[in-house]
Amino acid sequence: MAEVLVYVDHVDGAVRKPTLELLTLARRLGEPVALALGAGAADTAAALAEHGATRVLTHDAAEYADYLVVPKVDALQAAYEAVSPAAVLVPSSAEGKEIAARLAVRVGSGVITDATDLQAGEQGPVATQSAFAASFTTTSRVAKGTPVITVKPNSAPVESAPAAGTVEALAVSFSEQATGTKVTARTPRASTGRPDLTEAAIVVSGGRGVNGAENFGIIEALADSLGAAVGASRAAVDAGWYPHSNQVGQTGKSVSPQLYIANGISGAIQHRAGMQTSKTIVAVNKDAEAPIFDLVDYGVVGDLFDVVPQLTEEVNTRKG
Amino acid sequence: MSLRIVVTVKYVPDATGDRHFAEDLTVDRDDVDGLLSELDEYAVEQALQIADEADDAEITVLTVGPEDAKDALRKALSMGADKAVHVEDDDLHGTDIVGTSLVLAKAIEKAGFDLVVCGMASTDGTAGVVPALLAERLGVPQVTLLSEVSVEDGVVKGRRDGDTASEQVEASLPAVVSVTDQSGEARYPSFKGIMAAKKKPVESWDLSDLGLEADEVGLAGAWTVVDAAAERPARSAGTIVKDEGEGGKQLAEFLAGQKFI
Repeated sequence: MAEVLVYVDHVDGAVRKPTLELLTLARRLGEPVALALGAGAADTAAALAEHGATRVLTHDAAEYADYLVVPKVDALQAAYEAVSPAAVLVPSSAEGKEIAARLAVRVGSGVITDATDLQAGEQGPVATQSAFAASFTTTSRVAKGTPVITVKPNSAPVESAPAAGTVEALAVSFSEQATGTKVTARTPRASTGRPDLTEAAIVVSGGRGVNGAENFGIIEALADSLGAAVGASRAAVDAGWYPHSNQVGQTGKSVSPQLYIANGISGAIQHRAGMQTSKTIVAVNKDAEAPIFDLVDYGVVGDLFDVVPQLTEEVNTRKG
Repeated sequence: MSLRIVVTVKYVPDATGDRHFAEDLTVDRDDVDGLLSELDEYAVEQALQIADEADDAEITVLTVGPEDAKDALRKALSMGADKAVHVEDDDLHGTDIVGTSLVLAKAIEKAGFDLVVCGMASTDGTAGVVPALLAERLGVPQVTLLSEVSVEDGVVKGRRDGDTASEQVEASLPAVVSVTDQSGEARYPSFKGIMAAKKKPVESWDLSDLGLEADEVGLAGAWTVVDAAAERPARSAGTIVKDEGEGGKQLAEFLAGQKFI
């Protein structure tokens, strides 16, 4: 059976959920071979084996942390040459997309980014993508070379499928370009204790109607009652009320949770681009004419300062 | 010595218009207005600020696209770029990302550069990989997704805000930079800028000027194929209630019914 190379996104050996989803998709195409790089790479093996990796290639070197992107491309290329895979799958993070695209050009292949589903086809993997602010769904495939595809979080279920997961050290020699862009300082993002925005099952977002950084506490309180991630519209981020890393929309993160709760968000096309593939959509907005109400499964026309705390209290009561 | 800056820009269909696909599954550009991709305005802005800080700098704005794409170049020129290059060729219709990066890289090499500045992504395709591909093809460092950027003594420095960390990064020129929408509000063209832009040079290059063959680009030469495109079905109308004091409780009832609580 053909092997499918899966690039592993992990934090010090803890495999992030989108990679486990990739293994589900990879198994539709062949036998997953995982590549884990950097500090803690070998520690990923148990989780990867549990989810279907037949082999786990690992390599650690200071270059992965000290220089931007290219060392990882060099390693992915080394793995590609060692494995001769039928396809290469990479999580659709900003960095993952850059790594995948550079590999594709190096090996003379096409690249598909931000796939939301993947199926085996007669002419290779068929990728589903969203287009034009998720108003269209397309299916595409790579026509030249070995398909290199990046896949968005929440595109497949995480499934247990135990496999050997044999750990093998990969030999990597870095290119001249590898040390081109030096990382001179790194400040880890402070943990909020909430789920990651792109991976969360529930996202609670606030927009212009929240009307101030100090009011985001009521959005956070609702999120915490539901075990949700917090998102923000561009208007709220541009106003400095919430960090850019939480921005949902065309120029921020695109999310596809089971439940999306938009509070004080009008629903401009740029915001819709980032959330309209959510399974269930709920909105609270004073303006009955807000375009967000065209998308909702349930909407409350009302003041979020009344509705949201009441909802939070009700959720906490029902949980208690 | 003059700092040669090339800013790559894209002419995109207006996101507030009714965007759809043409019969050959390329983007239909005929039925919707186009404009300079908003995210590229940030690239033009940062290039202008870098040029202001340099002793001597020249900004060339570059696009690959159909005849109307000149509008995107004019906008960038009216913001303050010095000259423009328009790569235009009928055989480019349907060129995919890998092909676009090939054409842009050839044009950047022909124009000559010390620094390439790109937006973080186009507002239509939103893949966000062209800057990294240009660095790969040009063999120069990629310094991408910066929310702050500066150039001093032949070194570009910036801040890259990722999912798990914020990083300070730096590279020697020549290099390819991309900037995010957090890098600083783009200026509006002044009346003077708009008038001046009319006199600025716009060169047109075709594939033969870049030493490329028709079969290396376009729909036929694309590395990826779109087999189908379907409009997402409209959502069925949801329940909308007016808050009369119980709105939060009603919403909780709905969420409980959907097993979210």
